Amino acid sequence: MDVLNKVPVREQDPQVRATNFDEVCLGYNEEEAVLEASRCIKCKNPACVKGCPVSIDIPGFIKKIEEKDFEGAYQVISKYSALPAVCGRVCPQESQCEQKCIRGIKGEAISIGKLERFTADYAREHGFKPTKAESLNGKKVAVIGSGPAGLTCAGDLAKLGYEVTIFEALHEPGGVLVYGIPEFRLPKEDVVKPEVENVKSLGVKIETNVIIGKSITIDELLNEEGFDAVFIGSGAGLPKFMGIPGENANGVFSANEYLTRSNLMKAFRDDYDTPIIAGKKVAVVGGGNVAMDAARTALRLGAEVHIVYRRSEEELPARVEEVHHAKEEGIIFDVLTNPTEILVDEESNVKGLRCVRMELGEPDESGRRRPVVIENSEFEIEVDTVIMSLGTSSNPLITSTTEGLETNRWKCIVADEATGQTSKDRVFAGGDAVTGAATVILAMGAGKNAANGIHELLSNE
Amino acid sequence: MYRILKKELLTENIYLMDVEAKRVARSCYPGQFVIVKLDEKGERIPLTICDYDADKGTVTIVFAAVGASTMKMAELEVGEGFSDFVGPLGTESELVHETEDELSKKHVLFIAGGVGTAPVYPQVKWMKEHNQNVDCIIGARNKELIILEDAMKEYAENVYVCTDDGSYGFKGNVNDMLKELVNNQGKQYDLVIAIGPVIMMKFVSLLTKELGIKTIVSMNPIMVDGTGMCGACRLTVGGEVKFACVDGPEFDGHLVDFDESMQRQKMYKTEEGRAILKLREGDTHHGGGCGCGGDK
Repeated sequence: MDVLNKVPVREQDPQVRATNFDEVCLGYNEEEAVLEASRCIKCKNPACVKGCPVSIDIPGFIKKIEEKDFEGAYQVISKYSALPAVCGRVCPQESQCEQKCIRGIKGEAISIGKLERFTADYAREHGFKPTKAESLNGKKVAVIGSGPAGLTCAGDLAKLGYEVTIFEALHEPGGVLVYGIPEFRLPKEDVVKPEVENVKSLGVKIETNVIIGKSITIDELLNEEGFDAVFIGSGAGLPKFMGIPGENANGVFSANEYLTRSNLMKAFRDDYDTPIIAGKKVAVVGGGNVAMDAARTALRLGAEVHIVYRRSEEELPARVEEVHHAKEEGIIFDVLTNPTEILVDEESNVKGLRCVRMELGEPDESGRRRPVVIENSEFEIEVDTVIMSLGTSSNPLITSTTEGLETNRWKCIVADEATGQTSKDRVFAGGDAVTGAATVILAMGAGKNAANGIHELLSNE
Repeated sequence: MYRILKKELLTENIYLMDVEAKRVARSCYPGQFVIVKLDEKGERIPLTICDYDADKGTVTIVFAAVGASTMKMAELEVGEGFSDFVGPLGTESELVHETEDELSKKHVLFIAGGVGTAPVYPQVKWMKEHNQNVDCIIGARNKELIILEDAMKEYAENVYVCTDDGSYGFKGNVNDMLKELVNNQGKQYDLVIAIGPVIMMKFVSLLTKELGIKTIVSMNPIMVDGTGMCGACRLTVGGEVKFACVDGPEFDGHLVDFDESMQRQKMYKTEEGRAILKLREGDTHHGGGCGCGGDK
């Protein structure tokens, strides 16, 4: 075998998958997983673990895979992560664990993500469950939001013996895992639901359709419903728009709306009632993972799709793998292009996008080269749908209804990175509600830290 | 499941239901709304709250069965229910935050159009419960479409009914009624709260601007999550983009861009039409079978 290179992972053919919502990556089988695991040199002082926001014992579980002890591998991972099947699919391993992998210095890093995914999928298919706490400690914690931060925090606390209730605003638990990330990257029925069920199997209760700040406040949870602590993992917030003319025209959507319709409401399926406008020619404005998800969703619904991004391809914030997949499927990248106006017809429907060409100037505060408009470069693209994927700003529902909860200048909740403690007694926070839009695994890291912070506080009372 | 405890056909295709939803009933105020979902495959449907009873744990909704989903809702009977019922959403009516003293200095007129009478009702009731006498115009195309008249009379000082065709009450639309009250009956108002079809709210706002009366309207745009996440419900108010679900649904009627809102409401007209056909005639309306290639 070739020890320098990853065992290649099987994927659905780009031309076939461009027309369906089935998962793109097919994952390793047992043989491939064992082979890939055997490439790991099991470093004494593993750098990969330091690259993992939840510090999974990576060489530990890989060793078990190599020994074909797949249940053992699962038990190692589940000590650290409540959502391995999710993380194995959506973590940016190339900038975390795999970036630090010693194998990667000369050759390719170990495919840690694909091995994690294999382990989690194997566990699910064989009915392995995480280990439940032996007894309850009599303390109650409320977790707001059932996304990656909330599920992780809840799972960790339940394992420590806390009685945990998650409050979810939507009708389905999972947060961004169900409304944001599409089926073809993260299957809902086969992957997300079982992971949520695993968290529930630890004793965690999930109450859907409860909006904290509206249905009940944090103070009421603490003072009237008898919770000893609260964790806020309510996620990112309101979608941003550019503020250009025509943005409220029919056919302009936020990526959040487009993805929520397709993912949470399953508008891509005929048997669900929620409508979605497929579009014939779609421009997705933005270059992050969410933009890629929206673009690839529109493509699968039958549209010709352009990514419109103001910097160059180098600066695309999306994962390399996502950009690669998008290109393979036929997404067209119009980089160094910035929209200045959405053109509308007399019925107020989108008929085009007026753009300017950009070039890169001096680096800005983010360290990336600042895009500068090229004079007289204006041109029009004919499109009938525009999807704005420009990130989000904080949601005021919780911060405006909770006294004593400090926020920063972006109106995000201020919380201690190590413990999740906010300015309010017994209230902890983590994930996008604190950091602004980030990744699943960073939210999970924050949920984990907050679980420790809460345990520290409550176990010393 | 959120159980239906009472169902009443108010008129033609307008239904009233009391739904068991304890958390919502305990925490809602006039002006807010809920989102309901029929079953696993259903849409999320925003509906204004018509009444609530914290002790019984019920919330009253009123809806017109005019779309595919609301037609399915109309088929639900007492004992059955919704898979999801979430709220309260949106901000409460501004009136709720004023003291009785402040309120008593104002002459308030409510203008209710059609199904919009439902969200007006809890506000009128709240005012009476806080010792305020208010007037209320209820308007509709004809007599059959007037709803909640008796309920409203219990709490409003004066209820003025008007119909476009003159089949009941004053002949004319709500603006004609308002002009009649102000110009001919010597009525004076400092605040108008108008809830009904967007076109009605637009024209009421134009008139009250002329008359110099502050006006609040309640917008009911297309929504998905209702918590600020998707931005589908955005509208322009005083040149700024607002989200009806978190910033509203009530806004200053003199600042709302009603024309834009009306355009946005048409966005899914084709899809909705198809859904209604599917509901009525079965799933026979997909392109392909007839060779016409569908309507894409």
